[in-house]
Amino acid sequence: MKLKSFFCAVFTTFLVLSIPAHAQGAVASEYRWLTFLVFSSIIAATMYITYWASKRVKSTADFYAAGNSISGLQNGWAIAGDYLSAASFLGIAGLISLYGYDGFMYSVGFLMGYIAVLLVIAEPCRNIGKYTLGDILAFRNDPKKTRVIAALSTITVSIFYLTAQMVGGGVLVKTLIGIDYEVSVIVVGCLMLAYVVFGGMVATTYVQIVKAVLLVIASLVLVTLVWLPYGFSLPAFLQAVVDDPKIQAQVAKLLGTAASNMSAQELGQRFLEPGLFLKDPIDQISLGMALVFGTAGLPHILMRFFTVPNAQEARKSVVWAMAIIGGFYMLTLFLGFGAAMHVGPETIGSIDKGGNMAAPLLAQYLGGGENSLLGNFMLAFVAAVAFATIVAVVAGLVLASASAIAHDLYVNVIKDGNASQQQQIKAARIASIGVGIVAIVIGMLAKGQNVAHLVGMAFAVAASSNLPAIFLTLYWKKCNTTGVVMGMLIGAGSAILLVLISPNMTYPQKIVADAKIVLEGAAGKPAIAAKASEGLICEFFTFCQKAEPAKPAEAALDSLPFQVVLIGSEIDHGTPLAESKKAQIKIATLEKQIAKAKADLTLFSSQKNSMMGLEKPLFRLKNPGIISIPLGFLMVILFSLLTRDKRSEELWEELYVRQNTGLHVEDVSH
Amino acid sequence: MIKNTDIHWQAIEADPRFQALHRDKNRFLWRMMLFALIYFFCLPIAAAYFQPILTVKIWGVMNIGLLFALSQFIVAWCIAAIYAKRANAEFDARAKALIDDAHNIKGLI
Repeated sequence: MKLKSFFCAVFTTFLVLSIPAHAQGAVASEYRWLTFLVFSSIIAATMYITYWASKRVKSTADFYAAGNSISGLQNGWAIAGDYLSAASFLGIAGLISLYGYDGFMYSVGFLMGYIAVLLVIAEPCRNIGKYTLGDILAFRNDPKKTRVIAALSTITVSIFYLTAQMVGGGVLVKTLIGIDYEVSVIVVGCLMLAYVVFGGMVATTYVQIVKAVLLVIASLVLVTLVWLPYGFSLPAFLQAVVDDPKIQAQVAKLLGTAASNMSAQELGQRFLEPGLFLKDPIDQISLGMALVFGTAGLPHILMRFFTVPNAQEARKSVVWAMAIIGGFYMLTLFLGFGAAMHVGPETIGSIDKGGNMAAPLLAQYLGGGENSLLGNFMLAFVAAVAFATIVAVVAGLVLASASAIAHDLYVNVIKDGNASQQQQIKAARIASIGVGIVAIVIGMLAKGQNVAHLVGMAFAVAASSNLPAIFLTLYWKKCNTTGVVMGMLIGAGSAILLVLISPNMTYPQKIVADAKIVLEGAAGKPAIAAKASEGLICEFFTFCQKAEPAKPAEAALDSLPFQVVLIGSEIDHGTPLAESKKAQIKIATLEKQIAKAKADLTLFSSQKNSMMGLEKPLFRLKNPGIISIPLGFLMVILFSLLTRDKRSEELWEELYVRQNTGLHVEDVSH
Repeated sequence: MIKNTDIHWQAIEADPRFQALHRDKNRFLWRMMLFALIYFFCLPIAAAYFQPILTVKIWGVMNIGLLFALSQFIVAWCIAAIYAKRANAEFDARAKALIDDAHNIKGLI
């Protein structure tokens, strides 16, 4: 009974916090009640699941692994739920709506990651592990050392991923219904904690399933509405994309001077070709590596394989997950293009620079626009599903970190495995609350920060540290404790270090220079001849010259204040109303940019260097994968060959037989 | 249930049936993994260095680039289906035969 009243309390708090909101959001105030209705029904449903699950969580196995009771099909949906985070649902649809082809290319890497999961990771991990990454590594390596390092790596990856989700969630709720950023971070945090603390893996799994099903239904409805007018013909739909003037204008804007002698048709066609968003080829390959190898090392995905009873069900769950995730990404192509045609890249970009509002805005348009009941209902539904997505993904991440702290560090390292079921569950709950509070605090501290690269970084660390360690432990006889520990340290360390000196960080001098161009204009630049590379390493680091193609001369750039005056002087009484309105909108946009540049100038002109004390990035790429992943593998191999470890050698046959056959999966215990 | 001490892991590992199983499995897995990786990395490499090929229109405004990206999904699904089929039909049965016989495999000890 106590539980029931707790859930009611959480639920009411959410409503009370939300109702007095009067800030601006995408939903008009007269329809805000509808948004709350939809949000609260979905949250109420997840709360009911948690209440039901809380009665089923009796043992540690229930808390961490849902008592191995999840079927392959259910787990497939739950994996899809974990993976289709806000970043991939809102983010990819947004990227497609703004940049066309490149956005879609992004999603391919996310799906291909599952091939490694299916072929080499899922079944062996199910056969060897119990609850965590540490279980797998500790099987034949020194249990204490590897558990400590596995826990650290799990927490690092989860925190990076989680920060991106928390900030994304806060911004989403703020943009849609105007609740303060801080309040929405707290609401996300508290809901997530309720799922994890009371329902453990049982609640987290079923919440993921419900959310994934809702997400797929919502997307199917939207895609049907978008595609129906073209008789479900792909060429006809794409033709409409190419012919769309809003898309043509967006391409012209992205290409700048290069677009001056292209026809409208050519501009539209360019939207279906690569290169509008991803410009540096090596960076693209690096990101691809992080996605393809990182998925198999994500602790919250790994943990899902312990919820099924055996390797066959683990296999089945990955196959289902691949079908659902792949199908969903195909739908995002239509969502993104649909949003670009109906809402327009300019509107989408003006509400959120990353394009995250593309799918919700498309829903609003398809339902009849911003002044219709149905339109606002559909917007609210898509937004509520996106919100549930963030809460559920954060819940999975918190559970993964909490299990690393409670199961690996507390029970197996500090208590030497001597803890009763009650103590273990208590430890897991306390760890969850701890991680949850950290997540809320980080979410608030990261307000306004650019966190988009954090997901890429989480994948890069997972790929450079967790994957080499798991993979070589499972498949390579000579792999040992020193190799795993050093490989994980150096793999993760190099990935983080490279990001810290990469263009992702804030460089005050660059910001100041850009602000000055906005405020004072720039002189023209003469043509630059092609430059030869000074060596392979120069493609990655900035201390020497990388190969660069010749650049044409650039014309001088007017300062924005001057442009405002220029546009203003063109409007007079004779100007048609529509055109002067357009000019006024243009002026307003320019003035926003000017204000931003002035703010940047006052904020950054006193600073000289980035967080790492650098004037400019030392590393050229945004994603460190291409260097840190091979390095991680190499270090595990090198240190394994240099040292000997009796335990790692003695247990090899047992591990290898178990991982291949599943023999004795019933009583894997350490 | 079998007790842990009854099992001679070294002997099972050395058993010809296990050796054959892991060899067949590994060969099959690595081939598919390698194929998938090569196929996937062709996409960013083509987008970066062979863009003119991707922009060739083949079906209305549909170009090779879009078709290539869509084909990645099909390839991923095919790999999953081929692997699941062979694992369900063959590897599981061979592993089960070993498990059922596990306490009889004692080797030379």
